[in-house]
This record gives sequence, C-alpha cells and structure tokens, in this order.
Amino acid sequence: MDYLSLLMPVVYALLMISVFMTLCAYTVLAERKVCSYIQGRVGPNRARIPIIGHIPIIGNILTRLGLFHPAADGLKFLFKEEITPGHVRLSYYYLAPIVALVPALTTMAVLPFGRYFDANGVVQPLILANVDIGILFILAVSSLGVYGIVLAGWASNSKYPFLGAVRSTAQMISYELAMGLSILPVFLWSAAPGSDYGLSLFGVVQSQQNLWLILWQPGSALIFLVALFAETNRLPFDMAESETDLVGGFHTEYGAFKFGMFFIAEYAHIIMGSAIFVILFLGGWHFLPGIADPWPSGILGIMMSTVWFLFKVFAMIFFFIWMRWSMPRFRYDQVMHLGWKILLPLAIANFIFYIFVISIFDKLTL
Amino acid sequence: MAKTKVLERKPLTFAEKTFIPQIASGLATTFSNIFKKSVTLQYPEERPVIPENYRGIPTLVKDPKGRVKCVSCQLCEFVCPPKAIRIKPSEIDSDENPDRAHIEKEPSAFDINMLRCIYCGLCQEVCPEEAIFLQDEFSLSGYSREEMVYGKDKLLELGGTLPDSHYKWDKKKEAEDQPFAHH
Repeated sequence: MDYLSLLMPVVYALLMISVFMTLCAYTVLAERKVCSYIQGRVGPNRARIPIIGHIPIIGNILTRLGLFHPAADGLKFLFKEEITPGHVRLSYYYLAPIVALVPALTTMAVLPFGRYFDANGVVQPLILANVDIGILFILAVSSLGVYGIVLAGWASNSKYPFLGAVRSTAQMISYELAMGLSILPVFLWSAAPGSDYGLSLFGVVQSQQNLWLILWQPGSALIFLVALFAETNRLPFDMAESETDLVGGFHTEYGAFKFGMFFIAEYAHIIMGSAIFVILFLGGWHFLPGIADPWPSGILGIMMSTVWFLFKVFAMIFFFIWMRWSMPRFRYDQVMHLGWKILLPLAIANFIFYIFVISIFDKLTL
Repeated sequence: MAKTKVLERKPLTFAEKTFIPQIASGLATTFSNIFKKSVTLQYPEERPVIPENYRGIPTLVKDPKGRVKCVSCQLCEFVCPPKAIRIKPSEIDSDENPDRAHIEKEPSAFDINMLRCIYCGLCQEVCPEEAIFLQDEFSLSGYSREEMVYGKDKLLELGGTLPDSHYKWDKKKEAEDQPFAHH
C-alpha cells in the first residue's frame, strides 16, 4: 500500500508527459496544417503508416489530414546524423537543448486540467502537484526557458545564434514585468478575503465559476496575452529566431535531435501558455460564463470537464498559430518600445485601477 | 519639369496607433482564407495544363512521313547561347535513300546537354527546317551528367511527329525532276 502511494505519482507524471509530448507533436502538425490552409495550400498529406494508412476510406482521410506526419517528423529527427560543429563550446552546447526543454515540461506539474469531487463532496483539481503558489512556480520556471536559448546562442560560438539569444533575453526581461503586473489584478480578485486559495491556479478557476475574468478584466487579459506571445517567442515577437535576419536564430548551429528538442520546447511553451491563459482568463473547465457547469457527477463529469478545458486550450493554440500567419514581425526596437514604454505603464495603470475597483467592491459587499 | 506634389500623410488615429483594429482585420482576412479552396496541384499525380508555345526541352521532330527533318545545317549549334548543342553532320547515303539524296546531309549525332540548355528557344527560332521544337516536357532527371546529355534517338523520341504543311524537300525534288529546273 505504501509502495502504491509512492508509485502512483510517478505513473501519473509519466502519463502526463506522454500526453503532453503527443500534444506537442500534434501542435506542430496543427501549425503546418493551419498555415497551409491560410495560405491556400493543402499542407502535409503524404506520410502513411503501413497498416492503418491502408484501411480503405479512413486511411486516406487520415493521410490527407497528415495525422501520420508527427511520427515521421520525430523519427526524422532521431535518425538524422548528429553533427557537432567544431567551433562550439561542447558541454554547454549539449546542455542547452535540455535546459530549454526541462522548464517547459516542469511547469505542467502545477497545471490543473480538470476537477473532481472527493469523498466529502469538495471540489478538487486534477493536478500533479496541488501547490498553493501555482502561478509563482509557473512564472519562475517558465522564464528559465530563456537560459536554454542564451546557452545555445553562446555555446554555438557564432554570431547569428548569439544575436538571437541576446535579443531573446532582452525581450524576456522586458515582457516579464508587464506579464507579472498584468496578472496581479487576477489574483487580487481570486484570492478574495475569506477564500483560502492564495496564488493557486485552481483558486483562479474556481473564482470564475460565474464570470470569466476576460470579461471584466479585458485590460489584464490583453496585456497578459501580448506578454505571453513575447514570452513564448511567437510571432509577432519572433526575435529569437527571426529567420529573415538571423538565419535560424539561436538554433542555427543545431541539428538532428538537439534541434528537435528546441522545437518541442517551443511548442511545449505554446501549449503551457495557452493553458495558463485559459485558466487565468477563460474560466478553465467551467462551461460558459453565467451558465452552471452541465457536467454530470462521477467519472463522466471529470472527463467532460477535462475535455472542455482541453477544447479551450486547443482554441488558444489555434489562436497562437492563426496570429503567427497573420502578422509580420516587429522590428527589434519596436519590441523594446512596446514592452517598456507601452505595456509596462499600461500594466501598472491597469493594476492600480483594479486595486480601486476591487477594494471598493469588497467594501460594499463585506 | 513636372511639378511634384507632396501629399500630406495623415497622422495615425488613436485606434490605428494601438494596432488592434488592424490586427483584427488581418486576422479576419487570414481566417476567411482558411475556407477558400486550396490552389495546390498534387504534382506528380496531377499535371499542370501546359499552354501552347510553352518552352519545355528542345526536341527533334519528324515529318508526318516519318523522316528526320534536321539537315544538320548547324545553325542551332551556332546560335545556342550556352553551347548546349553538338551536331555531327554526315552525308545521306544516296544508295540507301535515293529519294532523300538531294537533301545531302543529315545528323549522324545530335546531342543536347540538358544541364546547359537554358530553354531560350533560339534553336527553334533559327531552324530553317522547322526540325527542332521546344515542347511541353519540363521535368528532367538523371543519375549522372552523361545521362543528361540527350542523344539523337532520345530527342526524336521526345519530339515525335508534328504536322508539316510544306514538304519543302519533296517540292524541291519535284522541281528538280522537271525539265528546265531552276534549282
């Protein structure tokens, strides 16, 4: 019995990692498919796995949707020749992809993705580690991801990766501030006097049972979203890679599986970012604002809450991809201008505004 | 000198400065594109429609009676800008082909190096015999450089037969056979 309680968290963690990695792979596919649809193309539609791909009608549909491509992509990265350029700083060069990937995968430990009722009928989150500093943990760990980029840029010992890394660092630091300030009003609201959730993400979701935060804190949501795009290095803030001016950005000197790890890390960040946005502003697994959750009790309700949460996350991922294929990249100085001169003051103003609103609200209701 | 009029650029409105309406309209454009029909051609299975007068690879053609039209005048060889054409002229054996003996020459070898060819069509333009045409074939591949030098047989096979409204050499022969021939 004691062994079981030790073993189960490990099993859960492995399960979550495998699901998460699959999601990453299929996010890559979604990116390729959505961009091709936006550009009037058909996208990847050739890879076919022998037996499943040859089932008469279904096989053709699956192939045309490109559903076998993630496997082909992954295997391609595995079987490519591992090239290490002669001019790199070896240990850091090998360390960088790991440093990039680990924070992206670590943050999911505190991510609640559904809810269940325990024996006493109390709502509990489906989560690996139910800590009450969830958002702090995520902010702290996810920004460690930039170390992977910096290490890669520096260890590559070559100018374009270095420029990409430097830009990315500056961008991360600039937007971290606005990001942190923009979610303070969220926690001012969710950790209301009398609640015992503190900074946990579960508490934020529970506080949105009737009203999604995006509806009454649209300012915070907008600032957070822009900062999120910057933190995940997505277009229009694609400073770390900016293929047009930096060749391939920080991973120019990487190939084969090491590049694959950067690639997975990038998409892991997108999924985590989407999930956090859904939790903070889009009501998590709650059905629709103002409508009570229609989930039945029992195992079905648990699954439906998770599926609804995942649906919202996929919608956010689609938004990320959609944005990327609609927007040009900002110039570097414009990124800095937007970060320091616009978003940061806006975030502070937003914070002060909601301090007043929430304190007046509390005065009136208590 | 024409007078230039400097147009005043209107200052951006507040909404434009925030980029948000612009981003939204951009997003709407790309989103509407998702539902449009794709323009992709599934290439090896689907082939594009080749318009007439397309300049594919140069090929040698035969006339409708199955005779090689080239008389190895070598004009195409001289005009070819990248020097892709090599012709070895030789005499037509008058014993074997008595009805073609008056043409005098035919190529015994006709090589076009497809790696050098730039598809300019000058060979087709210069050919007095209408014997070389750039046709609709456009995708070539080979495993070696030697393989990409197309010889006479291959070029004739690719060229096929094109209609001929003149039968120039038949007319010449008729004229020669007449008394008081001017030729």
